[in-house]
Amino acid sequence: MTMMKKLLTSAVASTLMASGAQAAISNDTVKIGYLADMSGTYRDLAGPNGQSALEMAIADFGGSVKGKKIEIVSADDRNSPDTSSSTVRRWVENENVDMVAGMVASSVSIAVSKILEENDKLGIISGSAASSITNEHCTPNHIHYVYDTYPLANGTASAVVKEGGKTWYLLTADYAFGHSLESDVRRVVEANGGEVVGAIRHPFPTQDFSSFVLQAQASGADVVGLANAGADTTNAITTASEFGVTQSGQTLAALLLFLTDVHALGAQTAQGIQLTTGWYWDMNEETREWSDRFMDKTGVRPTMVHAGIYSSTIQYLKAVEATGSDDAQTVRKQMMDTPINDMFAKNGKIRIDGRMVHDMYLAEVKTPAESKNEWDLYKILRTIPAEESYRPLSESKCKLVKN
Amino acid sequence: MSMIFGVPLAVLSGQLLIGIINGAFYALLSLGLAVIFGLLKIINFAHGAMYMLGAMVTVLMFNALGVNYWVALFMAPLLVGAFGVVIEYFLLRRIAGQDHIYSLLLTFGVALIIQGVLINWFGVSGLRYTMPDMFKGGINLGFMFMPYYRAWVIVAALLVCFGTWFVIEKTKLGAYLRAGTEDSQLMQGFGINVPLLISLTYGFGVALAAFAGVLAAPIYSVTPVMGSTTLIVVFAVVVIGGMGSIGGAIITGILMGVIEGLTKTFYPPASSAVIFLVMVLVLMFRPSGLFGKEA
Amino acid sequence: MDQSAKIADIHKSIVKEQAAQERKRLMLNAGLLLLLLAAPFAIYPVFLMKILCFALFAVAFNLLFGFTGLLSFGHAAFLAAGGYTTGYLLSNYSGLSTELGIIAGTLAATFLGLGFALLSIRRQGIYFAMVTLALAQLVFFFFVQSEFTGGEDGMHGIPRGHLLGVIDLENNLSMYYFVLAVFIGCYLLVQRIVSSPYGQVLKAIKQNEPRAVSLGYNVDRYKVLAFVISAALAGLAGSMKSVVFQLASLNDAHWHMSGEVILMTLVGGMGTLLGPVIGATFVVNIEYHLSQGPLRDWVDPILGGVFVITVLAFRSGIVGEIQKFIRKNIG
Repeated sequence: MTMMKKLLTSAVASTLMASGAQAAISNDTVKIGYLADMSGTYRDLAGPNGQSALEMAIADFGGSVKGKKIEIVSADDRNSPDTSSSTVRRWVENENVDMVAGMVASSVSIAVSKILEENDKLGIISGSAASSITNEHCTPNHIHYVYDTYPLANGTASAVVKEGGKTWYLLTADYAFGHSLESDVRRVVEANGGEVVGAIRHPFPTQDFSSFVLQAQASGADVVGLANAGADTTNAITTASEFGVTQSGQTLAALLLFLTDVHALGAQTAQGIQLTTGWYWDMNEETREWSDRFMDKTGVRPTMVHAGIYSSTIQYLKAVEATGSDDAQTVRKQMMDTPINDMFAKNGKIRIDGRMVHDMYLAEVKTPAESKNEWDLYKILRTIPAEESYRPLSESKCKLVKN
Repeated sequence: MSMIFGVPLAVLSGQLLIGIINGAFYALLSLGLAVIFGLLKIINFAHGAMYMLGAMVTVLMFNALGVNYWVALFMAPLLVGAFGVVIEYFLLRRIAGQDHIYSLLLTFGVALIIQGVLINWFGVSGLRYTMPDMFKGGINLGFMFMPYYRAWVIVAALLVCFGTWFVIEKTKLGAYLRAGTEDSQLMQGFGINVPLLISLTYGFGVALAAFAGVLAAPIYSVTPVMGSTTLIVVFAVVVIGGMGSIGGAIITGILMGVIEGLTKTFYPPASSAVIFLVMVLVLMFRPSGLFGKEA
Repeated sequence: MDQSAKIADIHKSIVKEQAAQERKRLMLNAGLLLLLLAAPFAIYPVFLMKILCFALFAVAFNLLFGFTGLLSFGHAAFLAAGGYTTGYLLSNYSGLSTELGIIAGTLAATFLGLGFALLSIRRQGIYFAMVTLALAQLVFFFFVQSEFTGGEDGMHGIPRGHLLGVIDLENNLSMYYFVLAVFIGCYLLVQRIVSSPYGQVLKAIKQNEPRAVSLGYNVDRYKVLAFVISAALAGLAGSMKSVVFQLASLNDAHWHMSGEVILMTLVGGMGTLLGPVIGATFVVNIEYHLSQGPLRDWVDPILGGVFVITVLAFRSGIVGEIQKFIRKNIG
């Protein structure tokens, strides 16, 4: 029954806010907590460089909002929901943290969102891929920025099927993320007139993909789809290249690939692979300018997660300024009411389920000839509009959506 | 097309060959562990980290000094082996003769340090390493496409395995090693510098892991965490084979590669768990492993 | 003075000495108890509960490792079995009183422990450790595959529920005292076991198993029982932890968790009663404080360093070294 109470309270509170009652910044400070994996598997996605992105956002915003200062605290989530929930609990109950940013592992994001819900604070999740975060695990206290498995499957799979890749063979990482990606891909492929002729679930993590690549080749499918992430994907791509998968005519489609993964592979190995991304550093003047500043600060080019952390923080601060409050529901509502068109997102909008939907991009990895430097890795093929990308609210299992 | 359990014969043959290749790789990795435990009674939980160092050093040497693959095949194991000697001399020596468990815990700690430091310096996404030109491409065997590099892996791994087994079991040097570690006082009485021999043996064992790392660099992502999951698989192989047995580690490595390969064909999700199932079953019926000596 | 009077005097002073020591020990224990009772008013209760759960986990592990000499590399399986079972039951049966959910989790871990014990107890040393690791990996695989665990998303929203159907455990203070009571109960239980004749046999097995066999003890049965008790208490720790944090995840079943409990026991002092408790406090604190501060990127290497230094120089752990120090300089 606490859930009902929370929903009612926030509904009442938002109405009060809208009518201009009591707006204030708690403790005269806006405190942001940055929580991410700093030392483990997901370190390169958000990690310490994500904190740099956050700091850039605060600096670019002016360092203060409505005359009150902005503070950051940060911690390593150790990929552990236990540790993260302790940290965030302490942050919101004892240290007046107003907003929690970052977060990559799904177990961490979900655990933290529950704590934020209990304490009515705000979370902006930028690193996680799980679409369940705005589906069955949605709460009125968090926003899922940047991406999730739904648009990734939608973008890449539909594009590849339309180009002629009718039959698919999937290599799926055998855990919830992989299964979810696989089912999203199946749905899209079949909806576009294609067929999934086979799928293998491989353990997470797997180092040697030769056996799976062999089975994919034997299937004769047009497309070999990689429903996995990180080292699994890079290992699979390396092996596919070694066994001549693309040379013998099959297309390789990677469903979740980050700039850092492609950078690790290099254009030589990864050339021609199609993927969907939420953002790329070299898309236009705006992105380039920001990425140069990011590179000056960190020494590497930013991933879409880094850019998302920057953008979401600025949007957050703008909302705090507009409402004069750092109350979670007030700010969230303001953010939902404000369209997002900035360096990171075009046609961006935050929905009731907390999902930030925005245009996604179909990209292809450049050939070594096309790639002028170590980070010059993608060419953007086309834009996938926001409405086509994300899970429609009509299919949502989120409790905030009246279905 | 003929089928076995619903799998076409051609596919099965391909999988078996892959299984043997992977098995040779496991054998090479387990070899170092078996040498270190069999001769020195040290449980080297840093073995995965040494494998990883072999790969990392290969890539770094290439990036910084343009060292090519063939030179790396010798240099990387040499460098990592030297590092191993340092670890033995400064750390492991102090707990020599005590319960094996302490060597496990000590090397576990060492592995954590090495891995943690490298993650901070290089991130987790991995370093780029391209296949040496002479190995690019492969040959179509009819039932599968066989990359030249994989053929090289199996040859190199088996050569090194056989060579090591031969030296330890069949030569005078090997005899001194085995005697020196069993009864060091007697051997020292004969004028043999046993402590040096011990350091060099540990160094050699980890050099074997590093050699496997060099072999891995062109085909697997080179990251600071690449040794972490490989470690427990390799331990499983050595335990199944019998912890003191060098020949046992080699044979079991190949066997496990094949079993894993078959699992990847018939029930892929279990392919990383199957080795543990085998371990439990084997140890139920043969408490010291398939070829083990201790009771 | 004649012989018997001298002896009587010596006897009297020994008894006085023992009584004084007994008093000192009681006062120490009373002081600790007071500290623990008052702690949640000074230190964040959820953090304290985390320490208590891990302390119980380490105490359970130490019964098997420190006192019986059996190194299990798979204890995470019991922590997770308890946590997931309790979590599942409390999440899906809203009428279920919390302590019943916790008991069910403990029972699940107990049976799992029995299974592990029967399959592994005949093996020695490293083989025993590896079998427990292998079994734990199979359990991990099972948890990854199962729907009910939520896979790597984890099991969330586990209700704290009501103790005995009455006391609301949502209140952190109530939850804390409950956890504290369970912890103290288990600690005293282990203390009893260790100082009992059964415990003496365990120690004899650790010191020299062949001798214990030759003395006629059914060593296997003693070891199995120790294993099962250890697994049960580890499961209890996991069950409580899942209620405290209201979540359970694959981290609890991963072999790194098995490694962590070994670290806690080693650093604290294996073979002592208080050692694992101190070790757990130490490790949880280090991880927590380091991951917030400037050394945040170095938590794992530092833990590795702690492992190395402990094995090389402080084999008896914090408590053991303190005991040695006291004996040398004071006792």
